[in-house]
Amino acid sequence: MALRGNLRDFSFTQILNLINLAQKTGLLTVEGPGEMAHVYFRDGKLALALIGREENDLSAILARSRKITANQAKVIRERTRSMTDKEVGLLLINAGYLSQKDVLDSLQLYSIEVIRRLFTWVEGIFQFDQSSAVPSGKIPVRVDLENLIVEGSRQLREWEQLQEEIPSLDMALKFTDRPGTNLRHLNLNLEEWRVVRYVNPKNSMRQIAQVTHMNDLEIRRIAYALLQAGIVDIVRPDGKPPVMPPPRPLPPVNKEEHKSLVQRLINRIRSL
Amino acid sequence: MQNVKIVVTGPFNAGKTEFIRSVSEIDVVSTERKITAEAEKIKSSTTVAMDFGRITVDDELVLYLFGTPGQKRFDFMWEILSEGMLGFIVMVDSAHPETFREARSILETFHAYAPTPYVVAANKQDCDDAWEAEDLRLALRLDPQVKLLPCVASQKETVKTILLELLYSILETIETPTD
Repeated sequence: MALRGNLRDFSFTQILNLINLAQKTGLLTVEGPGEMAHVYFRDGKLALALIGREENDLSAILARSRKITANQAKVIRERTRSMTDKEVGLLLINAGYLSQKDVLDSLQLYSIEVIRRLFTWVEGIFQFDQSSAVPSGKIPVRVDLENLIVEGSRQLREWEQLQEEIPSLDMALKFTDRPGTNLRHLNLNLEEWRVVRYVNPKNSMRQIAQVTHMNDLEIRRIAYALLQAGIVDIVRPDGKPPVMPPPRPLPPVNKEEHKSLVQRLINRIRSL
Repeated sequence: MQNVKIVVTGPFNAGKTEFIRSVSEIDVVSTERKITAEAEKIKSSTTVAMDFGRITVDDELVLYLFGTPGQKRFDFMWEILSEGMLGFIVMVDSAHPETFREARSILETFHAYAPTPYVVAANKQDCDDAWEAEDLRLALRLDPQVKLLPCVASQKETVKTILLELLYSILETIETPTD
C-alpha cells in the first residue's frame, strides 16, 4: 500500500523515523519545489540518496569529496562512459588509485549530505515505494538513520515546541496584571515591539500576524518569548482565560453490573 | 431502560457518519449541513452538531453511537458529547496524512475529557493512497498497547470488529484491579 503525503503534514524527519522504526526497504521519492530526490533504504538504513539534476555518478561524487580532482573525474567519466558505478569503483580499486574505504566513505558522505538538504525541504510531495531497490549498477552504503534523525529533529523541535506551547493562533495576548512590569525597562527587539503594539485581548495572534506580516512560526516565536518573559498571558480573544476542562472520571458503578452490561453489548454487536 | 453511549470522533471527513450508518438500526439522525468553507469542500455536507445511531441490545439496554462534528469550529460540542461515554473511537482518514496531526490532537483532547478506553480506526483502507495501520501508528505516535485497527467504514464487519475491540478494552479496564 502507498505511503505518500505532503512534507507540510509529515516532515522529512518523521518519514525517516518511520522508515527506521519499521525497518523498511524501498525508494523514497521526494518532489520538492523545482527539484526531486531519490532516497533508497535497505532494512531501515540509508542505502543511497540522489538529488535532482546534480551529477551523481561515482566520479562526480569522488571529486566532490576530494578523493580525485575535477579533471581526473572528467577523464574517468570519458573513459568509462558505458560502465556502471560498481564497475568504475572496482576499476579504481583494482588499479590501486583508491581504496574500497575511500569509495564507500565518499558515497556515504554524499548520501548524508543529500539527507541534510532534504531536512530543509518543508514543501513537497513524497512517496515510498517498497518494491524498488537500489539500481543494480549503483554502490549501496549502509548508514544508520538514528543520528540523522536526531539532527533533523533538532530543526523540527523548535517548531513543534512552539506549536505545543501555543497550539492556537486564535487566542489573544494580554499584558500580565503583575505590578511592576515596566515595558520601558525591557530590551525588546524591533519585531517584538511590533507585536507588543497590538497586544490586546481583542486581537487574536493570527490577526497580529496578519497586520505585522509575520508567518506562523515568527508570531509564535515572539509570543512565546513574551510569555516566557512574563510580559503577556494567553487569553481567549474576549479576554477570558482559557478554560481547560478537568478530567472527569466515570461515575463509580457496581463492577459486576458494569461487566454484565458490557458483555451484553458485546453479544449484541457480535450478532449484528 | 438504560442508555449507554460510545463516541465516534476524528477529523473532518474521516468517515464518522459512515461508520455509524453501517451498524445503526435506525437511519442515522444526522445534523449534516452543506459545507461553507471553500477549503473544506472535499465533500458536499458535514456534521455540524452530532450524528447519532442506535443499537438496541435488549428491552433494558440501548447503545447510542454519537458522532462528533469534525470541523474544528464545532469543538465546543466535544466536551458535551464525551460526558458519560463508555469509550470512544478515533477515526483517522488513512489516505490523508495532513489530518494525522489533528487526529492526534482530538485523541488527546477526548482522553483529557474522560479517561475512558479508546481505539483508533485506520479508516479508508480500501483507498490506494491509504497508509498501512502500522505506519499510521508511528505517524500518530501511538503507544504499542493502543489498539489501532484497519477499517473501511462502509463495511459492516470491520465496523463491528472495531466496536468489539473497544468493548473488549472496556471489559479489561473493568476487570483491572484499581488501587
